[in-house]
Amino acid sequence: MASRPRTLYEKIWDAHVVETRDDGTALIYIDRHLVHEVTSPQAFEALRLGGRTVRRPELTLAVPDHNLPTTARLDASGKPVPIADSESAAQLAALEANAPAFGIRYIPATAKEQGIVHVVGPEQGFSLPGTTIVCGDSHTACHGGLGALAFGIGTSEVEHVLATQTLLLQQSKPMEVRVEGDLGPGVSAKDLILHIIGRIGAAGGSGYVIEYRGKVFEQMTVEERLTVCNMSIEAGARAGLIAPDDVTFAYIKGRPMAPRGAEWDAAVAYWRTLHSDADAVFAKSVTINAAKVEPSVTWGTSPEDVVPIGGRVPSPQDFADEGKRVAAQKSLDYMGLVPGMAMTDVPIENVFIGSCTNSRIEDLRAAAAILKGRRKAANVRWAIVVPGSGLVKAQAEAEGLDKVFTEAGFEWREPGCSACLGMNPDKVPPGERCASTSNRNFVGRQGPGARTHLVSPAMAAAAAVAGRLADVRELV
Amino acid sequence: MQPLTRVEGRAIPLGLKNVDTDIIIPAKWLKTVRREGLGAGAFETIRAEPGNVFDDPAYAGASILIAGDNFGCGSSREHAAWALGDLGLRVVIAPSFSDIFSGNAVKNGILPVVLPQDAVDRLLEVAREGQPISVDLESETVTTPYQDRYTFILDPFRRHCLLNGLDEVGLTMARGEAIGSFEAARTAAQPWLMRGTAAA
Ligand code: SF4
Repeated sequence: MASRPRTLYEKIWDAHVVETRDDGTALIYIDRHLVHEVTSPQAFEALRLGGRTVRRPELTLAVPDHNLPTTARLDASGKPVPIADSESAAQLAALEANAPAFGIRYIPATAKEQGIVHVVGPEQGFSLPGTTIVCGDSHTACHGGLGALAFGIGTSEVEHVLATQTLLLQQSKPMEVRVEGDLGPGVSAKDLILHIIGRIGAAGGSGYVIEYRGKVFEQMTVEERLTVCNMSIEAGARAGLIAPDDVTFAYIKGRPMAPRGAEWDAAVAYWRTLHSDADAVFAKSVTINAAKVEPSVTWGTSPEDVVPIGGRVPSPQDFADEGKRVAAQKSLDYMGLVPGMAMTDVPIENVFIGSCTNSRIEDLRAAAAILKGRRKAANVRWAIVVPGSGLVKAQAEAEGLDKVFTEAGFEWREPGCSACLGMNPDKVPPGERCASTSNRNFVGRQGPGARTHLVSPAMAAAAAVAGRLADVRELV
Repeated sequence: MQPLTRVEGRAIPLGLKNVDTDIIIPAKWLKTVRREGLGAGAFETIRAEPGNVFDDPAYAGASILIAGDNFGCGSSREHAAWALGDLGLRVVIAPSFSDIFSGNAVKNGILPVVLPQDAVDRLLEVAREGQPISVDLESETVTTPYQDRYTFILDPFRRHCLLNGLDEVGLTMARGEAIGSFEAARTAAQPWLMRGTAAA
């Protein structure tokens, strides 16, 4: 019997339905669960209070990232450096105790495998195509770059997954973002996803799971695909994914937790079936012309506030919608910008290269390529590079990238979330600007009063050199 | 979870669009290992502004919040729902919500009510006059003393859980057998999927 043509999302969904309910929700099996210290303590506590256990401990992986200081973690004698902030220390200690107490694999802060959950999952081969992956962090969508259905969950759901290895979900609608043509020189995956969010809006993907389609994505490396899918949530979509292909399989092969031998062959054979059927129907479809995408920057406090680097700060009057006019005015006040100003005239005092969006080795290489033989401008007070994991850090050091960064005036740090959300000591001072490779430019995201401009790693490097937002294409 | 059937009282007319989770509860408040006490940090940046709606005595003791499009967008932090609950809020009315937030809200006994923008605008007016608003989950209606009446729809399962104060984890654990057979089938057909961290 020929089955109805399905989208990639629908195929993955169907393969995980434990049972459907009369009200249209389904109990969905969760293959992989990542846990970090911020959104898990209350879930473990609830398990304890309810006398519940973890159903499948081997399907959960725990790693600290959000709170960890990015300064040296071991002192000269090799002893762990105590964490100054007592609340952070308590939260980190809770994870360190909870994971083993419930039989869950825990990567300690001082291990070389430690890093941001969304960097660690793919790197360890824990995240695999066609799996359902969840984590108490909205950028879980990142793993969609491997062709997984990955999405963020709240703490009650963390408890639900720990106790039952399932979630009760309402199916989202499939949405297609099709990109036609090729990206121009100097235009990165980050620029493309910023452009897409600017186009469809911060709520444009609400209720949908996005599949990114087109030659551009097929030609991307896995790391670039992770960057694209990472920011799906900034367009309001619960998840974003890209069909797995030989590039994906080559990336995964040989990673510590990836299948091996005959199981590898069986897995690849299955993964090859994971693509949208030719006549599958998407509930919504958006087409983007890649040639029109330029290096992008944000001017406001929503990730949809995107302009090309050659553009200008918009005026609230430019927006048709009244709510958006009010929001734009508030954003401009907060950001200290005036309409009509050229983006390249916006001075920058801080530069952050890091976060689960852009802290992998290719990101660091792209930034280092711009910084080699150059120095940050005098007005750039603080510039840091925070590798996504200890393994990324080691690789970068093996390639001498750390030297390029430090010679350019950047600090070279230990892995973690860092200034992406400013939970640890890495914060942007009030009223100052930061060219940041992270994913959110919300009010106060990088510290109270901090002003964030989202950019790609190469654009962050260019901003550091110029001391203002700058077009990286003028530096290559 | 505390059941919710009907909530009546004053409403805070926030009205703002894209109220993200960093606005609801900034990251520095996420370092807690508890669920309680987050009201102190709720809407911190807005509350720093003099004359803000949260500290306006006219809305003291409000149990309803009215906001603009895309409420709760941003992070998955359930702290946002805990913070609202700690402020004494039981209902948020908005034209749309982020998916993750509305799930988190319901699990914490907070009802997200989706109404069209013009209905929300009208309710904002009523709230600004200090008039009470009633929200009835049984009949899925919102009413005002001026005879305004709006109906909304909540996902039936969420509605059932909220009305009865049910714990979803407990409900799903009762389906342990179905989950077990799913796992057994999978272990037989695709064992590599079930190995997880044990593969290393
Ligand atoms: S780097 Fe930022 S977005 Fe990514 S997991 Fe950490 S806090 Fe979340």
